[in-house]
Amino acid sequence: MKNLSSSSKKARADYFTYAGVTIAFIVITLLRNAGSLNRSQQGLLVPICCYIVMAVSLNLTVGILGELSLGHAGFMSVGAFSGITAAMSLANIIPSTALRLAIAMVVGAVCAAIVGFLVGIPVLRLRGDYLAIVTLAFGEILKELITCLIVGYDSNGLHVIFNVNGSKTASDLNLLEGGRIIIKGAQGATGTQTIASFTAGFILIMITLLIVQNLVRSRTGRAIMAIRDNRIAAESVGINITKYKMIAFVTSAALAGAAGALFGLNYSNLTAAKFDFNTSILVLVFVVLGGLGNIWGSIIATVVLYILPEALRGFATYRMLIYAIVLILVMLTTNSPQMKLLLQKLLPKRKEEEING
Amino acid sequence: MKKTFAMVLAVVMVIGMLAGCGSSTQTAAPAQAATTQTAPAAEAAPAAENAEAAPAAEANMTFKLGSSGPLTGPAAIYGISVMNGIQIAVDEINAMGGLQFEFQSQDDEADSGDKAINAYNTLLDWGMQVMAGTVTSGSGITVAAQAYQDRVFMLTPSGSSVDLIADKDNAFQVCFTDPNQGIASADYISQNFAGAKVAVIYRNDDAYSQGIRDTFVTEAKEKSVEVVYEGTFTEATQTDFSVQLTAAQAAGADLLFLPIYYTPASVILNQANQMGYAPVVFGVDGMDGILTLENFDTSLAEGVMLLTPFAADADDEKTQAFVAEYQKRFGETPNQFAADGYDAAYILKAALEAAGCTGDMSAEEICEAVIAVMPTISVDGITGLSMTWGANGEVSKAPKAVIIQNGVYVSP
Repeated sequence: MKNLSSSSKKARADYFTYAGVTIAFIVITLLRNAGSLNRSQQGLLVPICCYIVMAVSLNLTVGILGELSLGHAGFMSVGAFSGITAAMSLANIIPSTALRLAIAMVVGAVCAAIVGFLVGIPVLRLRGDYLAIVTLAFGEILKELITCLIVGYDSNGLHVIFNVNGSKTASDLNLLEGGRIIIKGAQGATGTQTIASFTAGFILIMITLLIVQNLVRSRTGRAIMAIRDNRIAAESVGINITKYKMIAFVTSAALAGAAGALFGLNYSNLTAAKFDFNTSILVLVFVVLGGLGNIWGSIIATVVLYILPEALRGFATYRMLIYAIVLILVMLTTNSPQMKLLLQKLLPKRKEEEING
Repeated sequence: MKKTFAMVLAVVMVIGMLAGCGSSTQTAAPAQAATTQTAPAAEAAPAAENAEAAPAAEANMTFKLGSSGPLTGPAAIYGISVMNGIQIAVDEINAMGGLQFEFQSQDDEADSGDKAINAYNTLLDWGMQVMAGTVTSGSGITVAAQAYQDRVFMLTPSGSSVDLIADKDNAFQVCFTDPNQGIASADYISQNFAGAKVAVIYRNDDAYSQGIRDTFVTEAKEKSVEVVYEGTFTEATQTDFSVQLTAAQAAGADLLFLPIYYTPASVILNQANQMGYAPVVFGVDGMDGILTLENFDTSLAEGVMLLTPFAADADDEKTQAFVAEYQKRFGETPNQFAADGYDAAYILKAALEAAGCTGDMSAEEICEAVIAVMPTISVDGITGLSMTWGANGEVSKAPKAVIIQNGVYVSP
């Protein structure tokens, strides 16, 4: 009943998110041009953008759809390696790095969407804990499969070997003169030309926000949230459960794929082992800390939690210990009822939104 | 009691919230948070510099030496060993007078992507002039590509991948490359175990293990060493090898080649022993350290052969002094990683002196100067005598095969 009055408020919150991200981008770009960011700060910009997209897209599955996915890094790795392959293969045809990066991200998104669809067919039949465990398994399977992949490129096109029993090496690709190896199985993608940029990261975040926020406020989004809130009621009013679950899951996978492509093209070496269970959990922590279903919260949580271990370098070997303690404290405080009460007292305006949200 | 607890909790929460607000209300949070956090480190560095620069005022011969490696996580044992080795060498060099090093190590968690670059960038912000890193190959490949663009000289103590030095004039190695180890192992086996049936068990999600296995198998074919079985495992499955061992035994293998690190190797030795399977076990430098592994029955390692550049019980003066110092400081016998780190610092000293660098030169200037002299110098270290380098960054030193007898390495 309150939905009508709060819908404009929600739209306003969306615009605040766009504006906030844009202002952050402009401020950081200005600081960068003024030379007041040091190397390590500049080096953090692109991975932060990637992880923000990862967190926002996972929020679509976990927060909006309400299904716990523990294999999100798997989609990121699909996007990363397909994106790297696309960018490296097109190096001679498309000299413009910006265009090549855009194509790589699109290829990454499409590949991850296809994989997301295939994974979604069995996974989305399950619910709750079962779904979480199966997504975890698929994340590991994707990692193992990419570890078996040997890809090279020469004037004849792409050469792909699927090295299942581990007896093949990159020399089995039989590349012609001038060809280059893109992915070397366990050694991962080495010698990648790093073409990712902060601007591309910003554009990707904006596109992600545009897609996710509009999806959430659309008819489809309401159907998805209806499934989350009460599956049986949603089914009884004729909502096609599988279809809407699939839409959310595939969209989330595609965005993760684009983020993966950007991430992969930011480093000259990347192994599939990077996208393991821990990375999935890391992104899930960003989402949970930011608040399930809260897009703006995901962004802030990602930024803070990604910078934290870097900022704690002064503590030398104890930094991961301190990071963990900080994480526990933050989780405890943000979830305690007293804290919420205090927040409401301090920010009376937010009271209504808190209750609605 | 409850009330006090509630009060304390409330205070903690208020602090937590204020801290949270401070970094979240502003859109420029990343920049702000990072700047304030790096400030103490930046302040500490000049202070240390001033203290050391004061006595040697006429010519500044203090260089900032940085290294990154895994100091936390499952690979931390390698990173910490290398850093300890470098630290000992740096202290010795500084005590000698003349060229001085300021040393800082950063944690890269053995990550090949963002963490490696973050650690490298942090070192550059500190003012690193030469790099004695990275420890692992994966992060090394990423960092070397970046350092190549930035023109920073890097000498990796233990990053053995060929990709690390490939097409980069600024990256050099202290340890053997993976292919060299594979070739040397195959040659040694063909000479000393003619007619042996070889089984290889390697980790196929690890660049190091896969790299050695690839060249070993190729070289074995040329030297007509018969490989009867190849078994693989991954990081997740390195706790049980009964399948691979049974298959190797069934294939009639009488020599087991293990191009892997010593932790999984200890499991293999243990399980082979339980099965009553006793092939000759042949390892590479990753096997070094097996005798110091906790809770490992060293009698199982009797008769294990390995190729290693460093043996802690070697009777030359340098090694003994290093081992004694390491044991005194860190309470354990140094492994090959520590020795690599120790040598790396001395190699950099020799190179910087040969190139006539001074402490006020930038990292780029030092890089160009040192690249020019690297192929011309020869260093006697504890991982090899008269080590020399090719312009491609590869080290040339003789690999040593040792056999474990009565719990110590002896030359066969």
